[in-house]
Amino acid sequence: MTKNQALYEYALRLGDTSLVLGHRLSEWCGHAPLLEEDIALSNMALDLIGQSRLMLAYAGTLEGKGNDEDALAYHRDARQYRNLLLAEQPNGDFGYTIARHFLLSAYLVTLYQKLTKSSDETLNGFAQKSLKEMIYHLRHASDWMLRLGDGTPESKQRVQESLDACWLFTDDFFDADAVDAILQDGTAPDLADIKTTWLVTVTSVITLAGLQIPATTNGFMRSGSRKGNHTEYLGHLLADMQFIPRAYPGTKW
Amino acid sequence: MEATVTADMLEREKAFNDRIARGEVIEPKDWMPERYRKQLIRMMSQHAHSEIVGMLPEGNWITRAPSLSRKASLLAKVQDEAGHGLYIYSATETLGVDRLELTQQFLDGNAKYSSIFNYPTLSWADIGAIGWLVDGAAIVNQTALAKCSYGPYSRAMLRICKEENFHHKQGYQILSIMMQGTAEQKEMAQDAVNRFWWPSLMMFGPSDANSPNSEELMRWKVKLHSNDDLRQRFIDRTVPQGEAIGLTFPDDKLKYSETTRSYEWGQINWDEFKAVVSGNGPCNKQRMQARKTAEENGQWVRAAAEAYAAKHYN
Amino acid sequence: MSTDTKLITWEVFTQKKQGAAHEHAGSVKATDPKMALLNARDVYGRRNEAINMWVVPAFAITASTPEDVGPFFDPANDKLYRNPNFYKLSNTYKPVAD
Repeated sequence: MTKNQALYEYALRLGDTSLVLGHRLSEWCGHAPLLEEDIALSNMALDLIGQSRLMLAYAGTLEGKGNDEDALAYHRDARQYRNLLLAEQPNGDFGYTIARHFLLSAYLVTLYQKLTKSSDETLNGFAQKSLKEMIYHLRHASDWMLRLGDGTPESKQRVQESLDACWLFTDDFFDADAVDAILQDGTAPDLADIKTTWLVTVTSVITLAGLQIPATTNGFMRSGSRKGNHTEYLGHLLADMQFIPRAYPGTKW
Repeated sequence: MEATVTADMLEREKAFNDRIARGEVIEPKDWMPERYRKQLIRMMSQHAHSEIVGMLPEGNWITRAPSLSRKASLLAKVQDEAGHGLYIYSATETLGVDRLELTQQFLDGNAKYSSIFNYPTLSWADIGAIGWLVDGAAIVNQTALAKCSYGPYSRAMLRICKEENFHHKQGYQILSIMMQGTAEQKEMAQDAVNRFWWPSLMMFGPSDANSPNSEELMRWKVKLHSNDDLRQRFIDRTVPQGEAIGLTFPDDKLKYSETTRSYEWGQINWDEFKAVVSGNGPCNKQRMQARKTAEENGQWVRAAAEAYAAKHYN
Repeated sequence: MSTDTKLITWEVFTQKKQGAAHEHAGSVKATDPKMALLNARDVYGRRNEAINMWVVPAFAITASTPEDVGPFFDPANDKLYRNPNFYKLSNTYKPVAD
């Protein structure tokens, strides 16, 4: 694998994760528990879709086949998608969406912080811009983890169950492979470092919320996003998302 | 005793009417006739509910927008509708009624919302048609309301009009691009206009002769133009725009009159309008159900936030 | 509607640029001040309209009433000595700044 190919893969991972997570959040629009949350979740979805556009455009350039952001978003199948598995999980209830977003935004904040020091100019610029957005997401999700964890007995139980369910997909965040190895030249951070910082962040909020860090010894952890081994949900998400460009090939909208 | 109260009330009402006649703006703490307050609450809350229900037909296409930039624009637009609902609810709260109470009235089926949102969005072109026609009609209405006599409502309208103009352009642009595309795209765009044209005209409400609240609202300068005047203004501005990109309108009576410098047009199907307003439109049940489900699914979340605040912020 | 609800109205004040005064922007619902601030940011700051925000529970605001207009504000009308315009100025006076 050349460095260029590794960078292409890396850009897809970032771009696809933002796109799929943004898509999931956008499904809330019009259905949130409070009007203000409709607006908040839409804002976050918009941030993520914006991030994905930057990274997919970059991936297209690196690939060099003339694919733009839309060609990559709308004309790859699930096996070619590189988003983290947790991002594609269905919204569930508001507590699940919050737990999912909490774990993912804590990860992205940590990752983007490191990427602001990347030797790759595009990744660096992307991270500078996106970090501010993700810090806000983490704050929003952390506040809600506290409210739900330390709210009513029902909310505590619900959000704990969601946290446990989401936790199974967190090893996938840190699944380093040849791509990461090639980019250890100052382009991308060491995922083992990210894991340490991430764990400190999420543990402090989970503890403060009166919740338990999920036990991983009994459950097996799911991973596979690096190779495009997704859960069944992604195919349905893409069928929905890609419908128009697939049904009317070659059209402009 | 009673006689003096009545005399006092009459005097106050006269002073209020004089203020309105002088074009003064009424602010929340000013004295106002109870009927003025009630009519405003009714009208403003209907408007706010409409913005909220209005999120649903367009929200139907957020996950299926045909490009990432369209997806972002549509999501931002639907988000704006939520914001508009929120601004108008805020303005309504200045009349002494809480948003949560208004929402409950709506969920109980005791408040109306704009009939237009009970029509389904069947293709991507409908997103263009809603932006261009539905938001276009809303702008004509809201630009008039921005000059209404109640300060908080008028200020909310000013803010909203700015954003709606952007939505209107966006909708027109979606249809323009489709009208330059394949035969299928043109057909889709035309079909959307065919389905949304008449319902958009109905958005201005009953004809003046049959509008029960109009006379009073105009006297109080809550409304400054009649339903029919605004409807005509919308038609005159919209038809040439549509023709410019090759769209036609589903009205064989539609034609420009050189004498009035205005369009003559056919007849609205008022039976359809009445059916949709009274709950029997194509999507009424679906829309109400979606809002009720959101409300029910959110109950435990709001309860948690309340319990958390009681523990930590007392 | 229970009266002890924590889901209350907060008035939002935004500062549009550095050095400018905070202005009333509108209101949001929230159960606690952190939620109020984040909601305010999402509703009234999403188009880059603000660099700083205040949120205040609406019940904490006391406003003057229209009946107060006379006693509160009229007396200020005729106190010309607050606007020192009727003293003759010598030609040598120049404002220290425009």
